[in-house]
Amino acid sequence: MEENIYRPYQMEIENIIEETPDVRTFRLKFKDPVEAEKFAFKAGQFGEYSVAGEGESTFCVASSPTRKGYIECTFRKAGRVTNALSNLEVGDTVGFRGPYGNTFPVEGWENKNLLYIAGGIALPPMRCVIWNTIDLRKKYKDITIIYGARTVADLVYKHELKEWGERPDVKLITTVDPGGQTPDWKGEIGFVPTVLERIAPSSENTVAILCGPPVMIKFTMPVLKKLGFSDKNIYTTLENRMKCGFGKCGRCNVGKIFVCKDGPVFTYEQLLTLPAEY
Amino acid sequence: MEKNLKLIRKDSLEKLYNHLSGQYKIYAPVRTSAQKVEYRYNPDFAEVTFDHVRSTLSVKNLVFPKVENLLFYSNTKAETTFAGIDTNKFQDVVLWGAHPCDTAAFNTLKSIFCWDINDGLFSKRLEKLVVIGLGCKTCDEFCFCTSVGLAPDSLKGSDILLSSVKNDNYRAEIVTEKGNKIAASCPELFEKYSGEEVIVAEVKQKFSHDLVTKKLASAFDHPFWVENSLRCLGCGACAYVCPTCACFDIQDETKGKNGRRYRSWDSCGFGLFTIHTSGHNPRSVQSQRWRQRIMHKFSYMPERNKSLGCVGCGRCSSGCPVDMNISEQLEVLQRI
Repeated sequence: MEENIYRPYQMEIENIIEETPDVRTFRLKFKDPVEAEKFAFKAGQFGEYSVAGEGESTFCVASSPTRKGYIECTFRKAGRVTNALSNLEVGDTVGFRGPYGNTFPVEGWENKNLLYIAGGIALPPMRCVIWNTIDLRKKYKDITIIYGARTVADLVYKHELKEWGERPDVKLITTVDPGGQTPDWKGEIGFVPTVLERIAPSSENTVAILCGPPVMIKFTMPVLKKLGFSDKNIYTTLENRMKCGFGKCGRCNVGKIFVCKDGPVFTYEQLLTLPAEY
Repeated sequence: MEKNLKLIRKDSLEKLYNHLSGQYKIYAPVRTSAQKVEYRYNPDFAEVTFDHVRSTLSVKNLVFPKVENLLFYSNTKAETTFAGIDTNKFQDVVLWGAHPCDTAAFNTLKSIFCWDINDGLFSKRLEKLVVIGLGCKTCDEFCFCTSVGLAPDSLKGSDILLSSVKNDNYRAEIVTEKGNKIAASCPELFEKYSGEEVIVAEVKQKFSHDLVTKKLASAFDHPFWVENSLRCLGCGACAYVCPTCACFDIQDETKGKNGRRYRSWDSCGFGLFTIHTSGHNPRSVQSQRWRQRIMHKFSYMPERNKSLGCVGCGRCSSGCPVDMNISEQLEVLQRI
């Protein structure tokens, strides 16, 4: 039988973390040890996760390739598939196809400062590369993470935010939108672009990795430009609607590129050459 | 290379058809009403039409079925299992009497399904297909194959191309090894060809596709798209009748514990095609979707897939309920 490119790996849910009331993280293990052995991916790549009978949904691999033996994904309960995924329990089967797409050029970033900026549910697609670079900490200079959400309850990876915050070699700034704070909130209060402007990290020898809702991107870009970041030193990861994941179904086509093949990782310089259909 | 030309006499044609239908599933055009020609499996030779300009639907379903199973699954309390498709069970099919635009479309589809990563389902169906093309004797106002680098007698995609000559005989041009095999299986039907003149439709060139591609590179923000798509209903008929449209959806369908994951034809003209779960839609209005259709076929595909996404069959224009005519629009586009 020919290899069927639509057939997913059978993954078993090993662990479930309830990040927020509607966001969950699954740790998935390959049921087939041979497939597990052969599988490899890099930071930034994504896959199609499925529940048989409900369909497939696209998310980035949220765990780092430096952590072997499993993959993790984080999703918000929003549509049919993510609702079905939310109802699964430890030990249940999830289908996974991947990895697809390009990668963050982590080798090219060696000896540079890294500035990660994420908003809301956009931290999961960046968590992979964040852990990847933290696990190879010596290769990079300063690592700064700015993470904002609407409210304290909407912050994902709370346990890891604590860990990053406590590390002396990572600078973490968390912020929530005004009104989203709790009485004991110790982080910043304000929108991500405002916080970024206040902190004003240097653009010297620095790469900025940015992911968030369109409105956050829109107001963060001018701040990054003001700080002196060039278009080719700003990276983001796009998430257009996808079905196949390998450039055939036509859904994620933007101009001559496919987000699933040429992305999901793009520099701002590349985005400027594309029509705004993402 | 020297052309491999043979003569098939009127009475031999029926013999060839019956010879093939004895060994293969045969898919041939049948006139089902005054205006309608449909392809059917295994019709009698007497039903098969030879004088149609175009069938209502293309023949792409032979390699890209409207609905195609991708895998089967079974859900039990203990676990879910996935099973692939046994492509070796796909049947050998002879496509009989497809016009050169439709046969060329198989190459276009291949440039989509087999670029970068090979789609085994598509490839197997194409491998199992033998194409007996039929050159066009007639055309109508919707035909524009000559504007997209093809012709009413192009060989592209055909294993054997039949063309009319006088006395209702046919000239057979044997194009591929598959075609050779067919001819070798009934050599008595393939006689010596001695230069009888072929009757070919005259399809007027309406635009230059090279010029269209060139103009599109800087036409993204042109008012043309809004002006020319105001009446578009977004019904998707153009994509469904198109021999090269390949966008698809993937869905699951369950019966009891078992089910299938399948793909089905979709269209970039539908508003839901690109909508995100958040509600954000990168192509939220119809003019953007019409632009995508033209851009994809005439600008993105030539660059990305090294093939033009249009074969000039005219189905989208003849089938459009609000008379949007693609060749008329492309004529305008090449001048903007």
